Amino acid sequence: MTALMQHLPILPVVIPLMFGALMLIVRDSNRRGRLALGFISIVGQLAVAVTLLALSAGYIPNEWPDGVGVYLLGDWPAPFGIVAVVDRLSTVMLVLTAILGLTTWIYSTARWDRAGVHFHVLFQFLLMGLNGAFLTGDLFNLFVFFEVLLAASYGLAMHGSGRARVSAGLHYVAVNLVASFLLLIAMAMIYGVTGSLNMADLAARAGELGGPDRRLFEAGAAILGIAFLIKAAAWPLNFWLPATYANACAPVAAVFMIMTKVGVYAMLRIGSLLLPTGAPAAFGGEWMFPLGIATLAFGIVGLIAAPQPERQASYCAIMSSGTLFAALGMPGVTLTGPALFYLVTSVLALGAFFLLLEMIERTQAFGADLLAVSLEAFDLEDPEAPNASDDVVGVAIPAAMAFLGLSFIACALLIAGLPPMSGFVAKFTLLSAALQTAEGAPGVGTWLLVGFVLMSGLACIIALGRTGIRLFWSVDDTVTPRLRLSEAGPVSLLIMTTIAMTIWAGPVMRHLDATADYLGTPSQYINAVLTQNPARNVSEGVQR
Amino acid sequence: MELVLSLAIGVLAGSGIWLLLRPRTFQVIIGLSMISYAVNLFIFSMGRVILGVPPVINPESADPNLYADPLPQALVLTAIVIAFATTALFLVILLAARGFSGTDHVDGREAQR
Repeated sequence: MTALMQHLPILPVVIPLMFGALMLIVRDSNRRGRLALGFISIVGQLAVAVTLLALSAGYIPNEWPDGVGVYLLGDWPAPFGIVAVVDRLSTVMLVLTAILGLTTWIYSTARWDRAGVHFHVLFQFLLMGLNGAFLTGDLFNLFVFFEVLLAASYGLAMHGSGRARVSAGLHYVAVNLVASFLLLIAMAMIYGVTGSLNMADLAARAGELGGPDRRLFEAGAAILGIAFLIKAAAWPLNFWLPATYANACAPVAAVFMIMTKVGVYAMLRIGSLLLPTGAPAAFGGEWMFPLGIATLAFGIVGLIAAPQPERQASYCAIMSSGTLFAALGMPGVTLTGPALFYLVTSVLALGAFFLLLEMIERTQAFGADLLAVSLEAFDLEDPEAPNASDDVVGVAIPAAMAFLGLSFIACALLIAGLPPMSGFVAKFTLLSAALQTAEGAPGVGTWLLVGFVLMSGLACIIALGRTGIRLFWSVDDTVTPRLRLSEAGPVSLLIMTTIAMTIWAGPVMRHLDATADYLGTPSQYINAVLTQNPARNVSEGVQR
Repeated sequence: MELVLSLAIGVLAGSGIWLLLRPRTFQVIIGLSMISYAVNLFIFSMGRVILGVPPVINPESADPNLYADPLPQALVLTAIVIAFATTALFLVILLAARGFSGTDHVDGREAQR
């Protein structure tokens, strides 16, 4: 048992790797075998993530200093060997990944996993890359795990094939390859200046740099920031996102919601570590706030202009990135706690929204949504009644339309940030914390943040309200879809999670505020990583 | 030596970016490969340019001046493998896109003239 506890921090990477590899051995025709493996793997990851969360927050007594668990791979001490670090921030992200992964995976088993080969294998590797990126303690492994998750995402984005997907996928892959090269350049520069890639070691050394070395380091950090901003879809580096997400099949688009947040996580992690020694411009410096506001503005315009519901959802994802950047980069105020609450809510809400949209679209005749827009625009009559057949067999849920409608309203409220859903709690705490600035009256930055966040909410109501009317009310003959439990279940599970977050907003908020406090004092992280002793005696190991 | 190396990196990266911005998918993939060579050389040069010394440390003399930095070499190796694999993947996507759209333009259709 103690051995298991000792190796727990690396399990979120090992479990999907092992099960993903095992699935390759199971024959493709043995679908039940693959499903069983996938289910065990994801539930296992969820259990491990929750245990790690409890450990890092101290709910389970443990010996980790300040709730930071350091796992030395290969048992070499920190700046020399590779480390996996479990702390409050990474466990929150792990749990979020596991919840989103479980729900989207269940949804995919209803039909989408059969639309191409190796869906389940790629899905496991995507989870492995995500978990690894959240756990790793050094820059190079961050790059490696980014590549793992991106390689899996390339396959998943084009799952189901088709011209639109491949064409969007081509752009997506090209943009991300360039971003990876930027990441490598930045990493090499930082290594050249500081001689270290370990994030804790870097944070300790960055403060000692002076003169030209410091300037080189700043340049490296800026390039690193650009690479993360591309992944996090900040304006003007996000033109790849709407086409890719809107064309990916529903469960894939839903699980991709966490991928933009990996960029935000990396910015937050490295920014918080470098902050005490003067943050470089992109990380919590003077550039993050204007970028966030610009991203929000871009998202608002795109959301209003987008004709397809999937594209609207993609712009909602961009808006959520913008809100996060504006909140995290807000000069003079620390909004990390509310921003984390917003991050969790928006990932769950947008994930549910993408799944839901696909189910709603089945109630429409093929291309009805696009048709409706052009009919609206040109003021034409409906040319012919759509005649769609539905040949899906399965357990029919009574009142499927009521379920879809209610879920749509719930998602819209969540994304727009209206009461009583948790989106409201997130935005309210964010704005009230921004307005309660320490020194005197709120400045221009605060009003910009308040204005743009409220505007984004308004844009959501307008755009999603219009979509809702078009999808549910203004269609003469909708086809009542036969929903399966494995499709309706995940969506309700995601919405239930956000409802739970509303009911228990106090404890969740306290946990995330504690996480924010922990991020405010990076010395805990740095000390824990650099003082972790190997399990065996190093001098013994070197003897031959 | 430094001059030659930096010129090589600059020329490769510059040509790579030029090709990357061209409209044909084949030009894009060659551009990506060139950038990846430039990046690999760049990582390598960040371990300081030293000629004719081994990267493996001999336990009898541990003076770091006598050794090349082994870490960038390990990083380059990983970066080469990843760049190679992703470029191969990109090639497959390129061919699929060509098959779907019947053109090798990156937008999937020829520009209006």
